[in-house]
Amino acid sequence: MDQIILQILNGLDKGSAYALIALGLTLIFGTLGVVNFAHGALFMMGAFCAVTVSKLLTLSHQVVDETRTDFLGNPMQVNVPYVYDWFGENFGNALIDWAVPVSILFAIPIMIAIGFIMERGLIKHFYKRPHADQILVTFGLAIVMQEIIKYFYGANPIPTPAPDVFRGSFDFGVAFGFDPNAIIYPYWRLVYFFFSVTVIGGVFAFLQFTTFGMVVRAGMADRETVGLLGINIDKRFTVMFGIAAAVAGLAGVMYVPINPPNYHMGMDFLVLSFVVVVVGGMGSLPGAVAAGFLLGILESFASMGAVIEVLPGINQIIIYLVAIIILLTRPRGLMGRKGVMEE
Amino acid sequence: MSKSNFSRRGVLKTGAIAGAGLALPTYLRADAHTGFTNAPGDSEVILGFNVPQTGPYADEGLDELRAYQLAVEHLNGGGDGGMLNTFSSKELDGTGILGREVKYVTGDTQTKSDAARASARSMIEKDGAIMITGGSSSGVAVAVQALCQEAGVIFMAGLTHSNDTTGKDKRANGFRHFFNSYMSGAALAPVLAANYGTDRKAYHLTADYNWGYTTEEAVKSSTEALGWETVSAVKTPLTQTDFSSYIAPVLNSGADVLVLNHYGGNMVNSLTNAVQFGLRDAEVNGKNFEIIVPLYSRLMAKGAGANVKGIFGSTNWHWSLQDEGSKAFVQSFGTKYGFPPSQAAHTTYVQTLLYADAVTRAGSFNPCAVAEALEGFEFDGLGNGKTLYRADDHQCFKDVLVVKGKENPENEFDLLEIVEVTPVDQVTYEPDHPQFAGGSLGTCNPGA
Repeated sequence: MDQIILQILNGLDKGSAYALIALGLTLIFGTLGVVNFAHGALFMMGAFCAVTVSKLLTLSHQVVDETRTDFLGNPMQVNVPYVYDWFGENFGNALIDWAVPVSILFAIPIMIAIGFIMERGLIKHFYKRPHADQILVTFGLAIVMQEIIKYFYGANPIPTPAPDVFRGSFDFGVAFGFDPNAIIYPYWRLVYFFFSVTVIGGVFAFLQFTTFGMVVRAGMADRETVGLLGINIDKRFTVMFGIAAAVAGLAGVMYVPINPPNYHMGMDFLVLSFVVVVVGGMGSLPGAVAAGFLLGILESFASMGAVIEVLPGINQIIIYLVAIIILLTRPRGLMGRKGVMEE
Repeated sequence: MSKSNFSRRGVLKTGAIAGAGLALPTYLRADAHTGFTNAPGDSEVILGFNVPQTGPYADEGLDELRAYQLAVEHLNGGGDGGMLNTFSSKELDGTGILGREVKYVTGDTQTKSDAARASARSMIEKDGAIMITGGSSSGVAVAVQALCQEAGVIFMAGLTHSNDTTGKDKRANGFRHFFNSYMSGAALAPVLAANYGTDRKAYHLTADYNWGYTTEEAVKSSTEALGWETVSAVKTPLTQTDFSSYIAPVLNSGADVLVLNHYGGNMVNSLTNAVQFGLRDAEVNGKNFEIIVPLYSRLMAKGAGANVKGIFGSTNWHWSLQDEGSKAFVQSFGTKYGFPPSQAAHTTYVQTLLYADAVTRAGSFNPCAVAEALEGFEFDGLGNGKTLYRADDHQCFKDVLVVKGKENPENEFDLLEIVEVTPVDQVTYEPDHPQFAGGSLGTCNPGA
């Protein structure tokens, strides 16, 4: 029982990342009709917003410490962060420690701006082109973004830890009457799950309860009619592209303490997120979220030693297996809308 | 009036015959016509450096490239000479190799076997490289080694740790200076027993490819020989990024040690996840839970940050070694590039020097003569103490370092501390050891 609870918890945080990326993907597809293969790269860019903020906060000047030597035997150059000079050591340290949450403030405008530039500068020229062209151009764009990040940050992962208060793990076993160590779960993964639920809830609330959201939903249902009413739906869809980019970026920002980011991390999530979108149903926002969590949990169960012993290799194919079964039994996915990708 | 007997035709014929006669000794001497691939001319020799310049191991590959460039500089008489000054063989004098200036070409392996073979082939066929060296992956090393065997050039392996490189996939034209999985297991086990006791239960997470298998097998057999029990060994996909679902069951498995047979990004992520899940703070079977990383790389350890603290592993070489060879190399490399070299940089630098030295001792670039010079060669002064290039399998035998993640690093490079230098005798095995069974060197191929 404890193992089942543990794998459900594991699946929830993994599913959170899938759901956030898939939500943005399906939002772009539902509004603009674009298959955006650069969406994983937006997730990666968000992660590197956190890395950048962390680096900016630790930007230092050097002070020579005559009592110590460096690896060549020369007097040691010690780095002193500027934030120590400006805010004192205690506050400076706290600021550096909270670099990841602070990055959210930095990442939102940056990611919206990146989304705007992508959409206005490149993707809008491909609205009327076949999906194959859109995939090619956005995939190319993803590779360009990757290479830019690699040029500036290198190929190795960069450790960007969570604030001290969120390091370590919570023993659910003790809290819920199981043995100690039976259900241990890292604090930051819980934070990530609740953060994802909040962002997903925010996006749904925005679409459901605001006039802007209502117009966007109307545009998703019937773009031409909304246009005939004199509403500039393209402008609103551009804004939605920016919001989708910000959602992917925020997913990336909060992910960096879970696994140190590298330039390739977007690609690792991209294919799975597309499977999530297809399983959820192309263009369906609730479908993307539900499929994200469902596949995350299934992937966790498939990685259990007992399962692998019975079905070797199942951990590597489970998501694709489920996708095949869903598409065979429900060709539009779990919550797909009629008419989407069927012309 | 006199009449000259010289005619224009006669002068041309005589000149042609004389020219051919004068050129004949050079022609006969030129290695280009002694029946081996890419024999160099009189003025220069070309080496091929095949490293990952793109892809996940690019940082390690670029460090290897820096070391190669430094080695070329030293071979051609530039810089401070580095390890040429400490190398026990005194054949190399800074005038290139056999009087030829050393030039090089580079290829990008992308850490993919097919790309690595393509770039090696291009360097051999188009650029005329006489020797290929490099790599940051055993899969790539095995693939390129086989290609070099077919092409008739020497392959001096870079960072490759799988037993198979000098085990079942060994080749007569291939040579490895780097240590291997067996040596890691043999060096680590006694240190682990001394620190954690002989009554331990281990859980292995193993990267699902060639290197992972041999490392798991080596660590399992070494630790089980000391009394440890292996509770479970789970293969993880090479493409895995989040290991939480593999880590989570570990604490309930009855194991009190987790062995991460992972390298590169896999190691960074699995170790980070294990620490996040509180494994370092847990107590199981009345003992502190421990994590082990059999193969450490400083460049990779940097990615895991503070999570490496107190975790044991092994490494081929470390910049903090205080022998004369290591100090000379760190001085040269550090002065040129501003940071200390990695173990990948060290092994590739040493391999370049060893090749150049073997050519010089053999007096020929013929791969078979070079291989003969390397086989059974004993040397010192290159950072690992007394070392033997064993003739039976072309594997170097030398001391192995057991290291631990440093608790209080003094700078960004100070991530690992050496806890033991395991003597070479302790990591030496018979050529027909079961972990290396199934292959044969075959015969040297000089190529064309």
